[in-house]
Amino acid sequence: MTTHQHDKRDPACLEVFAKLSEYVDGELDAVECQEVEAHIADCPPCVEFLQSLKRCVAAERQFQGREECGPVPPELEQRLKSAWQAALARRHHA
Amino acid sequence: MTTVSRIAPEVEWARRLLAGDESAFTPFVESFQHRIFQYTWLMCGQREDAEEVAQDTLLKIFESFDQLEDPERVKAWVFRIAKNYCLMKRRKSVFAPDRELSLDELLPGQEGDRPIQVADTSELPEGRVLRQELSEELERAMRALPDTYRSVVLLRDVEDLSTADTAEVLDLTEDTVKQRLHRGRLALRKSLAAYVEKAQ
Ligand SMILES: [Zn+2]
Repeated sequence: MTTHQHDKRDPACLEVFAKLSEYVDGELDAVECQEVEAHIADCPPCVEFLQSLKRCVAAERQFQGREECGPVPPELEQRLKSAWQAALARRHHA
Repeated sequence: MTTVSRIAPEVEWARRLLAGDESAFTPFVESFQHRIFQYTWLMCGQREDAEEVAQDTLLKIFESFDQLEDPERVKAWVFRIAKNYCLMKRRKSVFAPDRELSLDELLPGQEGDRPIQVADTSELPEGRVLRQELSEELERAMRALPDTYRSVVLLRDVEDLSTADTAEVLDLTEDTVKQRLHRGRLALRKSLAAYVEKAQ
């Protein structure tokens, strides 16, 4: 068992807080990952914080803004298509 | 966690467009049009600007389609173009001035943390009204982020670009992307405390 206080300002917790996004994203190396897991196994405030961070990231991933853009106007669509065809023609003649 | 074993549809459409397949044109446009607009709207702050920038971006994409070297990374290529147009257009005054978010102000147990309403599950709030509320609050919170953080959060979390691709789009190092992503998320978490924290 570690000796830290499970306090939100505990230095051991602060060190873990700093790494939680990388932990959530699977970007920590094996050693750091083990360190984080060893700490949170024994620290309810860190678990709680981790859960709330995960929910926040889940909400971001599903985010849909209220503003919608309208459909591409036919005239623009035609310009886009011509631009694409011209770009491919350039490539084939390059 | 998402795994990247399957080819993303936009990668497939980009390949087909490079090969001259016209049937990929409409799905490609439809897939990106909305995402580009969402990005430009959250980066530019004004609807007219966002629409103009989104259209300029689409046009630039097709005009320079021959320069798409790696269809696997089409999303990063598209958002790099969008970012550049946003920078040209941006009216800085729309947003709070850029400032550094310190870890200290973002950690829990600080004053300003809100009371908590939602019961503990690892899921997001259920129900349409609550989800709607969460989504509106998230939009507000994203707008309130300094734009150095907002741009990273939008690309990494909303658009699901990798750390490496985000770094390339924004001309940052991967370490800076990770640091800004973490602080941006912590700031959002704090704003969304009522929705994402456990009931106590
Ligand atoms: Zn802890």
